[in-house]
Amino acid sequence: MFLIDCPYCGEREQSEFKAGGEAHIVRPKQPTELSDDEWAEYLFMRKNIKGIQFERWIHIHGCRKWFNVARDTSNDVIKVVYKMGEKPPTI
Amino acid sequence: MNIYKVIIQNSMKKKYSIFSLIKNAFSYHENWEKAWKDPEPKKEYDAVIVGGGGHGLATAYYLAKKHNMKNIAVVEKGWIGGGNTGRNTTIIRSNYLWDASAGLYDHALKIWEGLSQELNYNVMFSQRGVMNLAHNLQDVRDLKRRTHANRLNGIDAIYLNTEEVKKFCPIINTSPNIRYPVLGGTLQKRAGTARHDAVAWGYARGADEMGVDIIQNCEVKGIKRNGDSVAGIETTKGFIKTKKVGVVAAGHSSVIANMAGLRLPLESKPLQALVSEPVKPIIDTVVMSNAVHAYVSQSDKGELVIGAGTDDYVSYSQKGSHDIVEGTLNAILELYPIFSRMRMLRQWGGIVDICPDASPIISKTTISGLYFNCGWGTGGFKATPGSGDLFAHTIANDEPHKINAAFNLNRFVSGELVDEHGAAAVAH
Ligand SMILES: Cc1cc2nc3c(=O)[nH]c(=O)nc-3n(C[C@H](O)[C@H](O)[C@H](O)COP(=O)(O)OP(=O)(O)OC[C@H]3O[C@@H](n4cnc5c(N)ncnc54)[C@H](O)[C@@H]3O)c2cc1C
Ligand SMILES: [Zn+2]
Repeated sequence: MFLIDCPYCGEREQSEFKAGGEAHIVRPKQPTELSDDEWAEYLFMRKNIKGIQFERWIHIHGCRKWFNVARDTSNDVIKVVYKMGEKPPTI
Repeated sequence: MNIYKVIIQNSMKKKYSIFSLIKNAFSYHENWEKAWKDPEPKKEYDAVIVGGGGHGLATAYYLAKKHNMKNIAVVEKGWIGGGNTGRNTTIIRSNYLWDASAGLYDHALKIWEGLSQELNYNVMFSQRGVMNLAHNLQDVRDLKRRTHANRLNGIDAIYLNTEEVKKFCPIINTSPNIRYPVLGGTLQKRAGTARHDAVAWGYARGADEMGVDIIQNCEVKGIKRNGDSVAGIETTKGFIKTKKVGVVAAGHSSVIANMAGLRLPLESKPLQALVSEPVKPIIDTVVMSNAVHAYVSQSDKGELVIGAGTDDYVSYSQKGSHDIVEGTLNAILELYPIFSRMRMLRQWGGIVDICPDASPIISKTTISGLYFNCGWGTGGFKATPGSGDLFAHTIANDEPHKINAAFNLNRFVSGELVDEHGAAAVAH
């Protein structure tokens, strides 16, 4: 249980949000040219980091907008919140 | 004669029995021998198992027992059984939908049925039955389909209508007026519960007796590779040389995979459970409900054991969110109004490793000598004996057993997933 600082609404209880998993996984530009291994990487393989993870969240019970969060998954402390399309910060 | 006696005494543990219980009562139970030693790691082993949960200890036990690999060790970063093994709600069943899963979980259930005798350790396996409830038309269809599939696989399964559900567990509220009325359910009578710690301790004792080193407070920090093969592990107790490493680290599987430069299709999430104050026997079975996500049983101490759901974010913090518990208790109270004044005693979380298809991975990897047994997610306790047996086979023969062949890592490349997500009722 923790608070998330929505870039549009401000700090709210985490239960107002829904997690969208690892961020910055880019959909392949040429899907027809992908090998099975590359598809598996894209679809299923995850960093699942213990430490700082870049991830997506949506404020599902608020403004319904997506944004990115850098969170330490070992203690749920959020380091940075940044908008969709922005590059991950260096931490 | 004397030497023979000494050797026997050193290598064989005294059998637990009614007589040993009475004998030890006279010394106030202060002279029981240690159930396992506390050795320092050797320089080299034929195989090392990473993770001293039930699955890791069972793996070591079967490696020694069935594959005669005795120069092996289990390394555990905390204490044995302190991970999900000691945190779960102990539901055991095998009524999974797909053939591969039915084979896997029923293999385990068959071993459970004789485990206390085999280990000479009372794991308190209790076949009190597990009932899964249906709350909507789709549930009814899914559960009927699963009942048929189970029977085709030789797994006991009965479909119950609402009255039969009520008869089997009278405290359930079967009124048609509740938010999610009970429309029916399935029952697996061979299913039930076991004592979680005892499973870890029983396997540890058995493995130790055969010469396996169980090394606690020893965290794996790195995996040393020699090209494409394993050369050993870096631990907080120094480097251990070995050609075979079997990783059974549940929520921390990805962390260890990263040490070897591998990626796994896993996400680690908190899963919570809670127990109430102890009360007299009131529910003599296990009841699970997928649609409202609530399940409950009663421990031998009298506590209600209640399982909640997972949080939807990755976390290793070993604590989940409060609203998850609240949601579960809402459902419990609607289904069992009789519990409305019960007080909850303890609540905790474990970190579960979830696969995209909600099925486990018991597999070789692209690195020779490195094996993974993971992805059991919210429901691996029930599989502990079978998982250990099959993982031991996979490590000893460098090839999966036919029962775990479908649960390889390559299924995420080939697309042959074993999708139990929607199929397996609640995933525990
Ligand atoms: C709240 C909850 C309820 C559950 N309910 C059920 C249920 O009702 N039925 C069911 O079948 N399943 C249930 N499960 C799932 C079940 O608990 C697990 O699938 C199962 O116990 C996994 O066993 P394991 O031995 O693989 O993992 P664990 O017991 O977690 O063992 C893994 C061990 O690896 C160790 N480890 C990790 N990293 C390292 C390292 N770097 N070096 C050394 N050691 C390391 C850990 O300390 C840990 O002891 C539940 C889980 C939870 C959390
Ligand atoms: Zn918002």
